[in-house]
Amino acid sequence: MLHGIRSTFDREFDEIRSELLEMSVLVDIALDRSMQALSERDTNLADLVINGDVNINKTRFKIEEDCLALIATQQPAASDLREIIAILYMIVEMERMGDYAAGISKTVILMEEEPLLKTFKKIFKMAEISRRMLADSIQAFMKRDPVWAREIAARDNEIDELYKIVFQRLTKIMAKEPDTVTRCTYLMWCAHNLERIADRVINISEQIVFMTTGMLKEFE
Amino acid sequence: MSTIEPIFKIRNLDFYYGPSIALHQISMDIPCNLITALIGPSGCGKSTFLRCLNRMNDTIPGTHVDGQILLYEKDIYSPDVDLANLRQKVGMVFQKPNPFPQSVFDNVAFGPRVVGLNHNKIELEAIVERSLRQAALWEEVKDHLNENAMSFSLGEQQRLCIARLLAVQPDVILMDEPASALDPIATLRIEELMVELKKNYTIIIVTHNMQQAARVSDYTGFFWLGELVEFSPTSKIFTRPEQQLSEDYITGKMG
Repeated sequence: MLHGIRSTFDREFDEIRSELLEMSVLVDIALDRSMQALSERDTNLADLVINGDVNINKTRFKIEEDCLALIATQQPAASDLREIIAILYMIVEMERMGDYAAGISKTVILMEEEPLLKTFKKIFKMAEISRRMLADSIQAFMKRDPVWAREIAARDNEIDELYKIVFQRLTKIMAKEPDTVTRCTYLMWCAHNLERIADRVINISEQIVFMTTGMLKEFE
Repeated sequence: MSTIEPIFKIRNLDFYYGPSIALHQISMDIPCNLITALIGPSGCGKSTFLRCLNRMNDTIPGTHVDGQILLYEKDIYSPDVDLANLRQKVGMVFQKPNPFPQSVFDNVAFGPRVVGLNHNKIELEAIVERSLRQAALWEEVKDHLNENAMSFSLGEQQRLCIARLLAVQPDVILMDEPASALDPIATLRIEELMVELKKNYTIIIVTHNMQQAARVSDYTGFFWLGELVEFSPTSKIFTRPEQQLSEDYITGKMG
């Protein structure tokens, strides 16, 4: 009987949720493009990502403003309040992911024409998993599924494992062939950015658990 | 505000109870087909202002008005205004539900009958049904139209009063604390009804309940000591008020 009695509130809340979804798509596109720019040495595409970051930031501020208005005008309580707070944290995480994508693109521009090294494949794998983790975490948010959120966060181990391998290999190459040091360092930056992106997904997953269960807990 | 057509234009309105001034230099445009909330502490003049909008204050001896209230560009205080007509166009819902101690049907049919249009029974039934539907009450009362209105819950009575008002097809609905006698769920129902009604009507609500103003309105006016301190979009006044006084009142630091 009480369901949907606050239709204004429900409608405004749904708008915020779709804005969040849109923001995650913007971040995903930025990541996809920055990896493509890296693999194809495409500095134009890299520029596009760097300049497009402002849109991600704008979306974040728009959502933040809408959340503030919703809190101030609609007095969300209990799970609604937790969800709004979770969204406020999630958009900060996603905004930073956008910065990491832009960071990868900046590296692409710095690398210019230098040929890539073969460890690149592992880095690409890292990007693939990170993007999947982000997309899944947004789905878990929409489905309000804390179990799935934890599973997604656990995939960070794969990322860490890959990062370790990339790191070790690059270090080895650098030791063996000193003239590759610059190239290897650039690639290391890219890998580091991807590792950070996955860490941000963990934070999102924590927010989903908070929102659905009320438990504030940092994942192991 | 510039993009939204105002239905009321209020210009330099002063209002006096005898020698004492209750409203001072109020100027504002009330946007059409939106909900405007008026907030402020007791005695700030918001209810006085609301009652100026359909000249309900005329019934109080010794009151007088300076300035202009234009409804569709016509001053409602000009001598040739027909008061019954004005109050049909600008209806009012009060704090306490005040149905007549008659049947549901007769309550809603009251206005159309008084207005004196020669409705036949079928037309009258159609008006009653339409009004009750618009007031989101039809489903609850359709099998009880001949029952005494006083036997319904307060929330239902208030929606009945709204239906009674809709039956004479107003353009503006003034609401003076319409939910303050109701429980939280009945309150939410009234609020949802208001949002539904603004598609066809302009609503101006006076409320002590700031959260209600925040939830339900598109624009909010904050009154203080007979003056309009701030009039802004609701989401703005509740997140970034322009005046320190508004900020202090909304955050509960004074008032």
